[in-house]
Amino acid sequence: MSEILFKAVVSENLALSFFLGICTFLAISKRLYTAIGVGLAVIAIQTVTVPANYLLYTYVLRPGALGWAGLTGTDLSFLRLIAFIGVIAASVQILEMVFERYVPGLHRALGIFLPLLTVNCAILGGSLFMAERNYGFAESVAYGFGTGLGWAVAIAALAAIRERLNYSDIPDGLQGLGMAFIVSGLMSVGFSALVKM
Amino acid sequence: MIRYRTLLFGPIVDSNPITLQILGICSALAVTTSVATALTMGASLTIVLMISNGIISLVRNHLPASVRLIVQITIVASLVIVLDQLLNAYAYEISQRLSIFVGLIVTNCLVLGRIETFAMRNPPWPSMVDGLGNGLGYSAVLLVVGSVREFFGAGSFLGVKIFVFQPLSVLLLAPSAFFILGFLVWFIRKIKPAQVERNEFHASVPTREGGM
Repeated sequence: MSEILFKAVVSENLALSFFLGICTFLAISKRLYTAIGVGLAVIAIQTVTVPANYLLYTYVLRPGALGWAGLTGTDLSFLRLIAFIGVIAASVQILEMVFERYVPGLHRALGIFLPLLTVNCAILGGSLFMAERNYGFAESVAYGFGTGLGWAVAIAALAAIRERLNYSDIPDGLQGLGMAFIVSGLMSVGFSALVKM
Repeated sequence: MIRYRTLLFGPIVDSNPITLQILGICSALAVTTSVATALTMGASLTIVLMISNGIISLVRNHLPASVRLIVQITIVASLVIVLDQLLNAYAYEISQRLSIFVGLIVTNCLVLGRIETFAMRNPPWPSMVDGLGNGLGYSAVLLVVGSVREFFGAGSFLGVKIFVFQPLSVLLLAPSAFFILGFLVWFIRKIKPAQVERNEFHASVPTREGGM
């Protein structure tokens, strides 16, 4: 269990070793404050959607899963993309309403990026990896939380580094996107170095 | 005719979706360990983008603004499911190597980005050409990164061994994908200086603060 958590946070970090959610990762990492907000939102959504999708996958979608309803031999697993996206869109919507009601400040700071988490591939990717690797329920909770945490740590670190980079002298062509890639590459080296020990 | 030409060829270098618009980067990095996977992914995305741009453009005047995102995602997801099943049936080995990344075309921001910015406002034909152009621009970057990684990392091209000396297997690991794409962006902006981003923090007078 703790091994799954550690792997999800560090060695199989969704952003740095599977390149998931990189668009958001690069687009929102210019300021540390918003980066932390998005990171927290991803942790919350990931912790909810991965277990929810686990239940959906185990009891409705996977081959023979409808056995409890008397239907054997059904295989709805081809529907998993649409089903997972539906669950994610609904959770994001609920989270948005909760944020708007209880933490309006953070809600305003996140702005358009909160609804856009629906199409963040880190979130769909987490659910698809969960289904592909046949995790159990407790493992899927740990995996969801771990991947969210790992992604949040990575984006917060990148944002902090990029804030410092504003004061450095970078070649013109590398300014912005190019440098963000190279910094992410170095971070990726750092994260994978922790594993090989 | 000229308009179609810019729609088709513009996104390949001038307004490349990956290196300029920052769209669809996730899969671009993940599937480029070999030329074969990069090509399959590029072709899959081009097909999905072209068809979904066309369909969305056909129904664009009937979509209420409040539910349009869900309708768009459902259309894209249905296309991706069909494509995924086809790959599973006819190219099983390569679809195993692509793992979940074909499914992730659903959340590829390139697809939704082009749908939102182009297909929602233009008639079907230009939309499909725009989809094809952006798909080709995406595939071109994938092909470049994939070729570099497979050629220098495994010493082969499309699975055929051509290198005689020891290949640099570090290129097959995750970090080098970031580096190669970073240098590719640098290279393109060297040729096209108009794409260079301005530093947001231009200090007019260099000041020295704190004790460094």
